[in-house]
Amino acid sequence: MKPIDPRLVQETISEYAGKELYVHLETTNGAYASHNNQGFFSVGTFLRNARIKYVQGKITGEGPYRIGLELEGGWAYAEGLTDWEIDSQNQILFAGHDPDGKLAIAFQLSEKPFRK
Amino acid sequence: MEDHVLVIFPHPDDEAFGVAGTILSHTQSGTPVTYVCLTLGEMGRNMGRPLIANRETLPDIRLKELEEACRLLGIEDLRRFGMRDKTIEFTDEGLLIDRISEVIDDVKPSLIITFYPGYAVHPDHNATAAAVIQAVKKIQPDDRPTVHALAFSEGCEDILGEPDIVHDVSRFSSQKMKVIEAHQSQTAGVFQTMKQRFLDQDETVMERMNTERFWTFPVDKS
Repeated sequence: MKPIDPRLVQETISEYAGKELYVHLETTNGAYASHNNQGFFSVGTFLRNARIKYVQGKITGEGPYRIGLELEGGWAYAEGLTDWEIDSQNQILFAGHDPDGKLAIAFQLSEKPFRK
Repeated sequence: MEDHVLVIFPHPDDEAFGVAGTILSHTQSGTPVTYVCLTLGEMGRNMGRPLIANRETLPDIRLKELEEACRLLGIEDLRRFGMRDKTIEFTDEGLLIDRISEVIDDVKPSLIITFYPGYAVHPDHNATAAAVIQAVKKIQPDDRPTVHALAFSEGCEDILGEPDIVHDVSRFSSQKMKVIEAHQSQTAGVFQTMKQRFLDQDETVMERMNTERFWTFPVDKS
Protein backbone atom coordinates (compact mmCIF):
# COMPACT_ATOMS: atom_id res chain seq x y z
CA MET A 1 0.00 0.00 0.00
CA LYS A 2 1.05 3.61 -0.38
CA PRO A 3 0.13 6.82 1.45
CA ILE A 4 -3.19 8.22 0.34
CA ASP A 5 -3.11 10.86 -2.39
CA PRO A 6 -6.51 12.51 -1.88
CA ARG A 7 -6.70 13.78 -5.46
CA LEU A 8 -6.23 10.31 -6.98
CA VAL A 9 -8.59 8.78 -4.42
CA GLN A 10 -11.29 11.33 -5.25
CA GLU A 11 -10.97 10.46 -8.95
CA THR A 12 -11.35 6.77 -8.12
CA ILE A 13 -14.36 7.35 -5.84
CA SER A 14 -16.09 9.37 -8.56
CA GLU A 15 -15.31 6.73 -11.18
CA TYR A 16 -16.96 3.96 -9.14
CA ALA A 17 -20.16 5.90 -8.34
CA GLY A 18 -23.26 4.13 -9.60
CA LYS A 19 -21.62 0.69 -9.82
CA GLU A 20 -22.82 -2.42 -7.99
CA LEU A 21 -20.01 -3.07 -5.51
CA TYR A 22 -19.02 -5.42 -2.71
CA VAL A 23 -17.80 -3.74 0.46
CA HIS A 24 -15.43 -4.80 3.23
CA LEU A 25 -15.59 -2.55 6.28
CA GLU A 26 -13.70 -3.35 9.43
CA THR A 27 -12.42 -1.65 12.54
CA THR A 28 -10.33 -3.39 15.16
CA ASN A 29 -8.34 -2.65 18.26
CA GLY A 30 -7.07 -6.21 18.44
CA ALA A 31 -8.29 -9.24 20.36
CA TYR A 32 -5.74 -8.60 23.11
CA ALA A 33 -6.67 -4.96 23.88
CA SER A 34 -8.57 -5.80 27.08
CA HIS A 35 -5.96 -8.42 28.03
CA ASN A 36 -3.11 -5.94 27.77
CA ASN A 37 -5.10 -3.17 29.46
CA GLN A 38 -7.86 -4.42 31.76
CA GLY A 39 -9.76 -1.12 31.70
CA PHE A 40 -9.85 -0.92 27.90
CA PHE A 41 -13.30 -0.99 26.34
CA SER A 42 -12.72 -3.17 23.30
CA VAL A 43 -14.83 -2.57 20.21
CA GLY A 44 -14.60 -3.58 16.60
CA THR A 45 -16.81 -4.32 13.64
CA PHE A 46 -16.52 -6.45 10.54
CA LEU A 47 -18.68 -6.64 7.43
CA ARG A 48 -17.46 -8.41 4.28
CA ASN A 49 -19.13 -8.81 0.92
CA ALA A 50 -22.23 -6.76 1.61
CA ARG A 51 -23.45 -5.17 -1.62
CA ILE A 52 -23.69 -1.42 -2.02
CA LYS A 53 -24.15 1.19 -4.73
CA TYR A 54 -23.32 4.82 -4.03
CA VAL A 55 -24.58 7.95 -5.68
CA GLN A 56 -21.57 10.09 -4.82
CA GLY A 57 -18.67 10.09 -2.40
CA LYS A 58 -15.90 12.27 -0.99
CA ILE A 59 -12.53 12.02 0.65
CA THR A 60 -11.92 14.71 3.25
CA GLY A 61 -9.48 15.64 6.01
CA GLU A 62 -5.79 16.49 6.11
CA GLY A 63 -4.60 12.92 6.76
CA PRO A 64 -5.51 10.61 8.29
CA TYR A 65 -8.44 10.93 5.90
CA ARG A 66 -12.19 10.32 6.00
CA ILE A 67 -14.24 8.79 3.19
CA GLY A 68 -18.02 9.03 3.06
CA LEU A 69 -20.22 7.43 0.41
CA GLU A 70 -23.83 8.47 -0.09
CA LEU A 71 -25.77 5.30 -0.90
CA GLU A 72 -29.08 5.23 -2.67
CA GLY A 73 -30.79 4.61 0.66
CA GLY A 74 -28.18 5.43 3.30
CA TRP A 75 -24.52 6.13 4.01
CA ALA A 76 -21.18 4.40 4.46
CA TYR A 77 -18.35 6.15 6.24
CA ALA A 78 -14.80 5.46 7.44
CA GLU A 79 -12.23 7.59 9.26
CA GLY A 80 -8.57 7.18 10.14
CA LEU A 81 -7.52 6.16 6.62
CA THR A 82 -3.82 6.51 5.83
CA ASP A 83 -2.92 4.18 2.95
CA TRP A 84 -4.47 2.76 -0.19
CA GLU A 85 -3.94 0.71 -3.31
CA ILE A 86 -5.84 -0.71 -6.25
CA ASP A 87 -4.63 -4.31 -6.34
CA SER A 88 -4.14 -6.71 -9.24
CA GLN A 89 -7.78 -7.86 -8.88
CA ASN A 90 -8.94 -4.24 -9.31
CA GLN A 91 -10.05 -4.18 -5.66
CA ILE A 92 -9.83 -0.74 -4.08
CA LEU A 93 -8.24 -1.10 -0.66
CA PHE A 94 -8.14 1.69 1.92
CA ALA A 95 -6.57 1.12 5.32
CA GLY A 96 -5.74 3.10 8.43
CA HIS A 97 -2.48 2.08 10.09
CA ASP A 98 -1.66 3.33 13.58
CA PRO A 99 1.79 4.80 14.39
CA ASP A 100 3.07 1.24 15.07
CA GLY A 101 1.98 0.15 11.58
CA LYS A 102 -0.93 -1.93 12.86
CA LEU A 103 -4.12 -1.98 10.86
CA ALA A 104 -6.94 -0.25 12.74
CA ILE A 105 -9.50 0.16 9.96
CA ALA A 106 -10.03 -1.30 6.51
CA PHE A 107 -12.52 0.00 3.94
CA GLN A 108 -12.52 -1.85 0.62
CA LEU A 109 -14.64 -1.84 -2.53
CA SER A 110 -14.72 -4.36 -5.35
CA GLU A 111 -16.87 -5.21 -8.36
CA LYS A 112 -16.26 -8.92 -7.66
CA PRO A 113 -16.83 -10.51 -4.24
CA PHE A 114 -13.84 -10.63 -1.90
CA ARG A 115 -12.57 -14.12 -1.01
CA LYS A 116 -14.63 -15.51 1.86
CA MET B 1 7.20 -41.24 24.48
CA GLU B 2 3.99 -40.39 22.63
CA ASP B 3 2.73 -42.38 19.61
CA HIS B 4 1.33 -39.38 17.77
CA VAL B 5 0.78 -35.79 18.84
CA LEU B 6 -2.11 -33.70 17.51
CA VAL B 7 -1.80 -29.93 17.86
CA ILE B 8 -4.96 -27.89 17.25
CA PHE B 9 -4.90 -24.08 17.13
CA PRO B 10 -6.88 -21.42 15.24
CA HIS B 11 -4.04 -19.16 14.01
CA PRO B 12 -0.67 -19.57 12.31
CA ASP B 13 1.84 -18.50 15.05
CA ASP B 14 -0.27 -19.88 17.94
CA GLU B 15 2.19 -22.78 17.89
CA ALA B 16 5.25 -20.52 18.03
CA PHE B 17 5.56 -18.85 21.42
CA GLY B 18 4.24 -21.35 23.94
CA VAL B 19 4.50 -24.72 22.20
CA ALA B 20 7.32 -24.77 19.62
CA GLY B 21 9.89 -26.30 21.99
CA THR B 22 7.50 -29.05 23.00
CA ILE B 23 6.67 -29.83 19.36
CA LEU B 24 10.40 -29.98 18.55
CA SER B 25 11.00 -32.36 21.46
CA HIS B 26 8.45 -34.73 19.88
CA THR B 27 9.50 -34.45 16.24
CA GLN B 28 13.22 -34.73 17.06
CA SER B 29 12.62 -37.93 18.97
CA GLY B 30 10.71 -39.33 15.98
CA THR B 31 7.13 -38.84 17.16
CA PRO B 32 4.88 -37.69 14.31
CA VAL B 33 3.04 -34.42 14.91
CA THR B 34 -0.14 -33.42 13.08
CA TYR B 35 -1.02 -29.73 13.19
CA VAL B 36 -4.61 -28.64 12.56
CA CYS B 37 -4.69 -24.88 11.95
CA LEU B 38 -8.23 -23.56 11.59
CA THR B 39 -7.59 -20.19 9.90
CA LEU B 40 -4.84 -18.23 8.18
CA GLY B 41 -5.05 -15.35 10.64
CA GLU B 42 -6.72 -13.30 7.91
CA MET B 43 -7.77 -10.59 10.40
CA GLY B 44 -4.34 -9.93 11.90
CA ARG B 45 -3.50 -6.31 12.61
CA ASN B 46 0.21 -6.71 12.02
CA MET B 47 1.06 -6.13 8.38
CA GLY B 48 4.84 -6.43 8.72
CA ARG B 49 7.50 -3.82 9.34
CA PRO B 50 7.83 -2.16 6.92
CA LEU B 51 4.31 -2.92 5.66
CA ILE B 52 4.49 -6.02 3.47
CA ALA B 53 0.83 -7.05 3.49
CA ASN B 54 -2.67 -5.71 3.13
CA ARG B 55 -5.96 -7.23 4.25
CA GLU B 56 -6.29 -9.21 1.01
CA THR B 57 -2.70 -10.47 0.66
CA LEU B 58 -2.21 -11.31 4.35
CA PRO B 59 -3.62 -14.87 4.14
CA ASP B 60 -1.25 -15.87 1.33
CA ILE B 61 1.72 -14.44 3.20
CA ARG B 62 0.71 -16.14 6.45
CA LEU B 63 0.25 -19.47 4.65
CA LYS B 64 3.87 -19.33 3.46
CA GLU B 65 4.99 -18.40 6.97
CA LEU B 66 2.99 -21.29 8.44
CA GLU B 67 4.50 -23.76 5.98
CA GLU B 68 8.00 -22.55 6.80
CA ALA B 69 7.27 -22.78 10.56
CA CYS B 70 6.07 -26.38 10.07
CA ARG B 71 9.24 -27.23 8.15
CA LEU B 72 11.36 -25.79 10.99
CA LEU B 73 9.29 -27.72 13.54
CA GLY B 74 9.56 -31.02 11.69
CA ILE B 75 5.77 -31.15 11.19
CA GLU B 76 4.97 -33.13 8.04
CA ASP B 77 1.21 -33.24 8.43
CA LEU B 78 -0.37 -29.77 8.36
CA ARG B 79 -4.15 -29.72 7.97
CA ARG B 80 -5.87 -26.42 7.36
CA PHE B 81 -9.58 -26.08 8.05
CA GLY B 82 -10.03 -23.00 5.81
CA MET B 83 -12.07 -21.08 8.37
CA ARG B 84 -11.88 -17.32 8.82
CA ASP B 85 -9.97 -15.66 11.61
CA LYS B 86 -12.19 -14.23 14.40
CA THR B 87 -15.28 -16.21 13.35
CA ILE B 88 -14.67 -19.51 15.19
CA GLU B 89 -17.00 -18.69 18.10
CA PHE B 90 -19.80 -17.94 15.61
CA THR B 91 -19.41 -21.03 13.46
CA ASP B 92 -21.67 -24.11 13.56
CA GLU B 93 -20.07 -25.80 16.57
CA GLY B 94 -21.43 -29.25 15.72
CA LEU B 95 -19.78 -29.19 12.30
CA LEU B 96 -16.48 -28.07 13.78
CA ILE B 97 -16.59 -30.82 16.43
CA ASP B 98 -17.27 -33.40 13.68
CA ARG B 99 -14.30 -32.20 11.63
CA ILE B 100 -12.04 -32.44 14.68
CA SER B 101 -13.42 -35.92 15.45
CA GLU B 102 -12.56 -37.02 11.90
CA VAL B 103 -8.93 -35.96 12.37
CA ILE B 104 -8.75 -37.68 15.76
CA ASP B 105 -10.18 -40.89 14.24
CA ASP B 106 -7.66 -40.64 11.43
CA VAL B 107 -4.42 -40.01 13.33
CA LYS B 108 -5.39 -41.60 16.68
CA PRO B 109 -3.24 -39.27 18.77
CA SER B 110 -1.96 -40.28 22.19
CA LEU B 111 -1.69 -36.59 23.09
CA ILE B 112 -3.62 -33.50 21.99
CA ILE B 113 -2.23 -30.00 22.57
CA THR B 114 -4.64 -27.06 22.37
CA PHE B 115 -5.73 -24.03 24.41
CA TYR B 116 -7.52 -24.25 27.75
CA PRO B 117 -11.17 -23.34 27.02
CA GLY B 118 -12.19 -20.19 28.86
CA TYR B 119 -8.63 -19.26 29.88
CA ALA B 120 -6.99 -18.42 26.58
CA VAL B 121 -8.03 -14.75 26.06
CA HIS B 122 -8.81 -14.72 22.30
CA PRO B 123 -12.38 -15.83 21.48
CA ASP B 124 -10.98 -18.05 18.67
CA HIS B 125 -8.66 -19.78 21.16
CA ASN B 126 -11.48 -20.48 23.61
CA ALA B 127 -13.93 -21.64 20.92
CA THR B 128 -11.37 -23.92 19.26
CA ALA B 129 -10.41 -25.51 22.57
CA ALA B 130 -14.05 -25.96 23.60
CA ALA B 131 -14.75 -27.84 20.35
CA VAL B 132 -11.65 -30.01 20.83
CA ILE B 133 -12.80 -30.97 24.35
CA GLN B 134 -16.26 -31.86 23.03
CA ALA B 135 -14.70 -34.05 20.33
CA VAL B 136 -12.53 -35.83 22.91
CA LYS B 137 -15.54 -36.38 25.18
CA LYS B 138 -17.23 -38.34 22.40
CA ILE B 139 -14.48 -40.95 22.62
CA GLN B 140 -14.87 -43.89 25.05
CA PRO B 141 -13.06 -42.92 28.30
CA ASP B 142 -10.46 -45.69 27.99
CA ASP B 143 -9.54 -44.65 24.45
CA ARG B 144 -9.25 -40.90 25.06
CA PRO B 145 -5.97 -39.16 24.33
CA THR B 146 -4.43 -36.97 27.03
CA VAL B 147 -5.12 -33.26 26.51
CA HIS B 148 -2.47 -30.71 27.42
CA ALA B 149 -4.02 -27.25 27.49
CA LEU B 150 -2.41 -23.82 27.29
CA ALA B 151 -3.84 -21.07 29.54
CA PHE B 152 -2.69 -17.48 29.88
CA SER B 153 -5.65 -15.32 30.86
CA GLU B 154 -5.13 -12.88 33.73
CA GLY B 155 -5.38 -14.73 37.05
CA CYS B 156 -5.84 -18.18 35.44
CA GLU B 157 -3.46 -19.79 37.93
CA ASP B 158 -5.60 -18.58 40.85
CA ILE B 159 -8.40 -20.76 39.49
CA LEU B 160 -6.60 -23.61 37.68
CA GLY B 161 -3.67 -23.85 40.06
CA GLU B 162 -0.09 -24.26 38.89
CA PRO B 163 0.39 -26.01 35.53
CA ASP B 164 1.13 -29.71 36.10
CA ILE B 165 3.19 -30.07 32.92
CA VAL B 166 6.35 -27.96 32.78
CA HIS B 167 8.73 -28.69 29.92
CA ASP B 168 12.32 -27.46 29.93
CA VAL B 169 12.81 -26.76 26.21
CA SER B 170 16.04 -24.76 26.54
CA ARG B 171 17.87 -27.13 24.20
CA PHE B 172 15.48 -26.12 21.41
CA SER B 173 15.57 -22.36 22.07
CA SER B 174 17.52 -21.36 18.96
CA GLN B 175 15.24 -23.42 16.69
CA LYS B 176 12.18 -22.03 18.53
CA MET B 177 13.50 -18.53 17.84
CA LYS B 178 13.59 -19.40 14.12
CA VAL B 179 9.98 -20.59 14.26
CA ILE B 180 8.91 -17.29 15.82
CA GLU B 181 10.93 -15.41 13.20
CA ALA B 182 9.26 -17.43 10.43
CA HIS B 183 5.98 -15.68 11.22
CA GLN B 184 7.63 -12.44 10.23
CA SER B 185 4.54 -10.49 9.16
CA GLN B 186 3.30 -10.91 12.74
CA THR B 187 6.49 -10.90 14.76
CA ALA B 188 8.83 -8.49 12.95
CA GLY B 189 7.96 -5.66 15.35
CA VAL B 190 8.78 -7.56 18.53
CA PHE B 191 11.26 -10.12 17.29
CA GLN B 192 14.47 -8.09 17.30
CA THR B 193 13.75 -6.71 20.78
CA MET B 194 12.93 -10.19 22.03
CA LYS B 195 16.02 -11.76 20.51
CA GLN B 196 18.26 -9.09 22.04
CA ARG B 197 16.64 -9.53 25.45
CA PHE B 198 17.19 -13.27 25.14
CA LEU B 199 20.86 -12.77 24.27
CA ASP B 200 21.12 -10.36 27.23
CA GLN B 201 19.64 -13.16 29.35
CA ASP B 202 16.59 -11.08 30.35
CA GLU B 203 14.76 -13.26 32.89
CA THR B 204 11.21 -12.91 31.50
CA VAL B 205 12.24 -13.69 27.92
CA MET B 206 14.56 -16.54 29.00
CA GLU B 207 11.70 -18.09 30.98
CA ARG B 208 9.33 -17.71 28.03
CA MET B 209 11.78 -19.26 25.57
CA ASN B 210 13.05 -22.06 27.79
CA THR B 211 9.94 -23.20 29.64
CA GLU B 212 6.58 -24.32 28.24
CA ARG B 213 3.69 -24.92 30.62
CA PHE B 214 0.47 -26.87 30.22
CA TRP B 215 -2.45 -28.03 32.28
CA THR B 216 -3.69 -31.59 31.78
CA PHE B 217 -7.34 -30.99 30.93
CA PRO B 218 -9.67 -33.04 33.15
CA VAL B 219 -11.84 -34.41 30.31
CA ASP B 220 -13.31 -37.16 32.50
CA LYS B 221 -14.44 -34.69 35.17
CA SER B 222 -15.72 -31.89 32.96
